[in-house]
Amino acid sequence: MFGAGGGTSSYTEIEETDVIVLWGSNARDAHPIFFHHLMKGLDNGARMYSVDPRRTSSAKFSDVWLGINVGSDIALANAIGREIIDAGLDNRGFIAHSTVGFEDYAASVESYTLEFAAEATGVPIGAIRELAHAYATAEKAQILWTLGITEHHNGVDNVFSLCNLALLTGHVGRWGSGLVPLRGQNNVQGGGDMGALPNKLPGFADMADPADRARFEAVYGMELNPVPGKHLTLMFEAMEQGSMRGVYIIGENPADSEADIGRIRRLLSGLDILVVQDIFLTRTAEMADVVFPASVAWAESDGTVTSSERRVQRVRAALTPPGQARDDIEILGEMARRLGVDWGDPTHEELWDELRSLSPAHAGMSWDRLEAEGGLQWPCPSDDHPGSPFLHGWLWEDDLGGREPAPFTVVAHEGPKEQLSEEFPLRLTTGRALDSYNTGVQSGGYDSPIRYGDTIDVNAADAERLDLADGERVRVSSARGSVEMSVRVHPDLPEGLTFTTFHFPDLVDTNLLTSDAWDRRSGTAEFKAASIRIDKLVAAGGAE
Amino acid sequence: MTATETETTVSLTIDGRTVEVVAGTTIHKACEAAGTDTPTLCWAENLTPVNVCRVCVVEVEGSRALVPSCARPAEDAMVVHTDSERVRHSRRMVLEFLGSGVDLDQAKDLARWIEEYGADPTRYDQPDLPAVTINEPVRIQDDLYIRDYDRCVLCYKCVEACGDDAQHTFAIAVAGRGFGARISTEYDIELPDSACVYCGNCIAVCPTGAIQFKSEFDLRAAADWRPDEQTVTRTVCSYCGVGCNLDLHVQDGRIVKVTSPVDHPITHGHLCIKGRFGWRYVHGGR
Repeated sequence: MFGAGGGTSSYTEIEETDVIVLWGSNARDAHPIFFHHLMKGLDNGARMYSVDPRRTSSAKFSDVWLGINVGSDIALANAIGREIIDAGLDNRGFIAHSTVGFEDYAASVESYTLEFAAEATGVPIGAIRELAHAYATAEKAQILWTLGITEHHNGVDNVFSLCNLALLTGHVGRWGSGLVPLRGQNNVQGGGDMGALPNKLPGFADMADPADRARFEAVYGMELNPVPGKHLTLMFEAMEQGSMRGVYIIGENPADSEADIGRIRRLLSGLDILVVQDIFLTRTAEMADVVFPASVAWAESDGTVTSSERRVQRVRAALTPPGQARDDIEILGEMARRLGVDWGDPTHEELWDELRSLSPAHAGMSWDRLEAEGGLQWPCPSDDHPGSPFLHGWLWEDDLGGREPAPFTVVAHEGPKEQLSEEFPLRLTTGRALDSYNTGVQSGGYDSPIRYGDTIDVNAADAERLDLADGERVRVSSARGSVEMSVRVHPDLPEGLTFTTFHFPDLVDTNLLTSDAWDRRSGTAEFKAASIRIDKLVAAGGAE
Repeated sequence: MTATETETTVSLTIDGRTVEVVAGTTIHKACEAAGTDTPTLCWAENLTPVNVCRVCVVEVEGSRALVPSCARPAEDAMVVHTDSERVRHSRRMVLEFLGSGVDLDQAKDLARWIEEYGADPTRYDQPDLPAVTINEPVRIQDDLYIRDYDRCVLCYKCVEACGDDAQHTFAIAVAGRGFGARISTEYDIELPDSACVYCGNCIAVCPTGAIQFKSEFDLRAAADWRPDEQTVTRTVCSYCGVGCNLDLHVQDGRIVKVTSPVDHPITHGHLCIKGRFGWRYVHGGR
């Protein structure tokens, strides 16, 4: 956002903020230790608003839960924006000095009245107004989100709609105020920072920019392909079209994790060659022609990862990898050698120093400093720079630090791609459980006393209407497939909404159901909104 | 946040030495700054002091009673004695009382303090008047925790870590009175059925091994717990993007327990169930 791909704030800031807006995030379960910091904020008197279709364990700590209809986030955000402007609570000085595009934004939200938003989102008018006023009048306020915002066909627009609110009120670029996407894996942030994106080079350099490319070519000693690559969803499209015939997958299990999984498995099995590098023989690895056994990155290798607060920290090898498993970097080096390029055998520190020479945001983070200081937050441009607790302080400088003002982005409410229908009348949304992780490859290795397995959570009224008992095995179907699951009647869901995790693909292929509608810009699929039907396995009155 | 210029300091005397500390510093921390070691049981770096064990008491001139150093802020011109006969006598008695009814074998540093103060817990365990102990079987209800009430000194640390000092789950509290007092779940139901979320933060703060990792308990039961041979490696948890630091305790090439450093600004020593227990896959498939 505003030219830097990272959360704006440090965790400790939420302890001192006044208003917390937790939007599409169940941090209590998905980011439990961040939630400790958030609880300190509540203990210190902050007010919390939780925007989530489910009354999650996080929402239960909020002052107001806004139980939003799945996929109606933009309607809510735009209505909050309109109410702030309408009540004269927008930060006019900040808008004039630090932003552009306000007039267009204000015109675009004019039709998002409280009445319209209440209808579209299912949130009462009073709650929308209260959130708008609390956020706008707070001295310090943060909006935090997770996949509830991004895993939609218009996830990027969802993010813009929240950024607009921060620009409208000046809740960014200051201690205690900010926009915070909580990352789901220990190096989502770092992976992007290191250039593991189709159009980026390490340190946010642009693949399409000849000057950026030239810096890297000078260090790498070779010419770089200027054509940006494809993100995951486009890769599957290319496989479908037959233009991508070989795939090399490192540490990812798309045969279980992708939406509309039947299609994904068909595409992966139709490739000329599939190479998988992983610590386990995952479902994806089972389909591979060649498997490279890798070491466990956080326990058997050295390196760095970067957290949601942009903190670069060291991971260290505590164990020797088993059997033939090797460090990812070693494997990649051997691959390069076979392809005719000798990268030698660089140490982790040498690789890090190369990165520092190319990424100004990391230049001041020597290996020794990372050791001694226990981690540093980028940007950290020089050896004497202390690192940056928050981003975008330039928005408050007289000359904007020589930058362009931050733009409002006009976005419109669309709702989920897949509409409810007579055939599929229930909404299914997916998420994480506290004790489990993604497709369960890692978290399946320990016996959790609080694991509830392959359940589908259903509201009590829906359960009664469909004659479903708690624990009953049922058939759950979408337009793409159908699976067997156990019903869990749950009080935290509104009528019409169902919920499941995707942690147990061996028990139930949740992603046979999920929608493959996806965002053209992020490549993220709409895991959060599918339309489904629940059928009893045994017809009512039928024989057992 | 970082502004320290406005912090005022106080100057006090500890065992005849003058120490200057930031206002609000506890006597315990001031003692540390003065190079004086203080025994503690119920105090922890990452918890609010509860003042229950009384093993850290010191003598403050002008104060009628001995004061708990872990909770009492240092004041200007305070004169503190940590090694007077009164302090030594009190600490000795406390250690003897605690040690007579509770198994303190696994309490860190406690053997050293028992020796230092010449405490003899067996004084209260005589043939004609045997010490009363809890004497309950170890409770094992799942693969992650054990509870051994014979080791519990009711220091409240686990209750605080579960409650508003960290986790805000409030699954446990002290139930009962007098000798019947126990750290308990609601209605003493089994842990998996309680509100417990298995973060293990109670284990991390327990000073006596009364709540313990099952992995450690099993190795101890097999006489195979060898802390002196364990390595501790600091790394970062892989289960989400928060960046919690993990200390991996490794014995014979296997992880035997996972903790987090109390002085780390992200975790303050606390973890969640995945970070603390989710490492098993590293050693053995799915």
